[in-house]
Amino acid sequence: MGLRGDAAIVGVAEWKPERRPTREPMFSFEQYAELAKEALDDAGIGVDEVNGLCTTGVRESSMFAPATLSEYMGKPVNFAEHVDLGGASSAGMIWRAAAAIELGLCDVVVCATPAGPTPQPPGGPVNPGYLGASSGAFGSPQAEFDIPYGNLAQNCGYAQIAQRYAAEFGYDERALAKIAVDQRTNACAYPPAFFHGQPITVDDVLNSPMIADPLHLLEIVMPCSGGAAVVLASRERALRTNHRPAFLTGFGEHLAFKTPSYAEDLVRTPMKPAADKAFEMADVARSEIDAAQLYDCYTITVLLALEDMGFCEKGEGARFVNEHDLTYSGDFPLNTNGGQLSFGQPGMSGGMSHVTEGARQIMGRGDANQLESCDTVLVLNNGGIMSEQVALILRGE
Amino acid sequence: MEKPLPVPTPQTQPFWDALAEGRVELQHCADCERYIYYPRTHCPGCLTRDLEWRELSGNGVVHTYTIARRPTAPPWSEDLPQLIAVVELDEGPRLTTELVNVEPDAIEVGMRVQPVFQAVGEATLLLYEPA
Repeated sequence: MGLRGDAAIVGVAEWKPERRPTREPMFSFEQYAELAKEALDDAGIGVDEVNGLCTTGVRESSMFAPATLSEYMGKPVNFAEHVDLGGASSAGMIWRAAAAIELGLCDVVVCATPAGPTPQPPGGPVNPGYLGASSGAFGSPQAEFDIPYGNLAQNCGYAQIAQRYAAEFGYDERALAKIAVDQRTNACAYPPAFFHGQPITVDDVLNSPMIADPLHLLEIVMPCSGGAAVVLASRERALRTNHRPAFLTGFGEHLAFKTPSYAEDLVRTPMKPAADKAFEMADVARSEIDAAQLYDCYTITVLLALEDMGFCEKGEGARFVNEHDLTYSGDFPLNTNGGQLSFGQPGMSGGMSHVTEGARQIMGRGDANQLESCDTVLVLNNGGIMSEQVALILRGE
Repeated sequence: MEKPLPVPTPQTQPFWDALAEGRVELQHCADCERYIYYPRTHCPGCLTRDLEWRELSGNGVVHTYTIARRPTAPPWSEDLPQLIAVVELDEGPRLTTELVNVEPDAIEVGMRVQPVFQAVGEATLLLYEPA
């Protein structure tokens, strides 16, 4: 059961993260088209070969986004998917695209996450804009049982998870900080990263302002603008493109709750079943992973991923971090582009940055952060508040 | 900026009505032998609609918490720090709440807490304080 490994990422496009956007404002459809063209050009595939597309939420169309994208770009498709998994949507798109290709529905699929500046409607934005991943709609459990208590946005939920972890396993704050520090080292070897040229120390992290105990400012992603896309192609088509293909050989997906208050267990996350399935499907051992691109909205997310994805025992994450060099030249290369903590989190494109970086490493197209040898990459995307998890295993042949 | 308040639905009205009278009532599923939070039409186990409203003590323990030193959203910008917690009721379910009448540094995972029925406008929120 599972993928045969006959679909691959063959082209990538990624816009440099920016805090104050310098790009021309464009609607999401326009950005999608632009990103798609760039990724297809990168692969060396003609735009008329596209016959599948995946998207996540499109700002201008809460419904019928795939059909609107198909219409806008003038690309009839045999497969279209709107993936609604929050930060896990990018990885969710990738395996769906690969599965559709292996089923023979299509052979060239675009997956894009526009996150650049959009034109503001006359008179300014219409909603309060602070609800984030929570729904304020009548009848929404979040609107009725979470938001009134101030439990909204992301910091609070992840901080509660970290606090629970501390109570169950203890909390080595220097180890958590080291995750941010090692990733910053990676960003300093990757010029497109937002924090390129700005190295930090463990003390810098621990001296940064406490935002929501126990999370410091430098343990939290910085929202920014950007955007990314990848193109997947069938094996037959992939072997006639510009780069070494990154074949998808395994994936896993798992979700069980929306708000962690209602999770069965806050610190044993849905990452585990997602990872177990991905490794089993790909028939790859943990020790074979050359680089791990793990969703890092917060340092605690990475710590839990190292444990729940099977790189160390439960509760041993801090020791693992302390015993390993997580930089691109280290013995456990983690988030080799700096991760979202140091590359930046351009909205939904933050999750895609783990996919693009994984593909670039296999293609051998990194900058100074390129691994000497990289054949097998683990990607983890995490959505909401540790709720949606999608793991991918990419392999170069 | 005004804080968003809960708007009861036909399914959740009894819960909010009980809070307004200083009681905690939740639905109980006899088949699964469990209480359910938040109120809903179907048991989140067996999906039966045969649920019975029962009164609980409302007491529990802090399962986890955070001290938000920056507002989680603009309506709370005058309420720092926010003490946002997950409380596990003695009867099992966990719920999102805010802690009151406690120094932030005194909060601990596992500490016993009791309900505070806080009227806010038309609504009554279920807050918690040390027991």
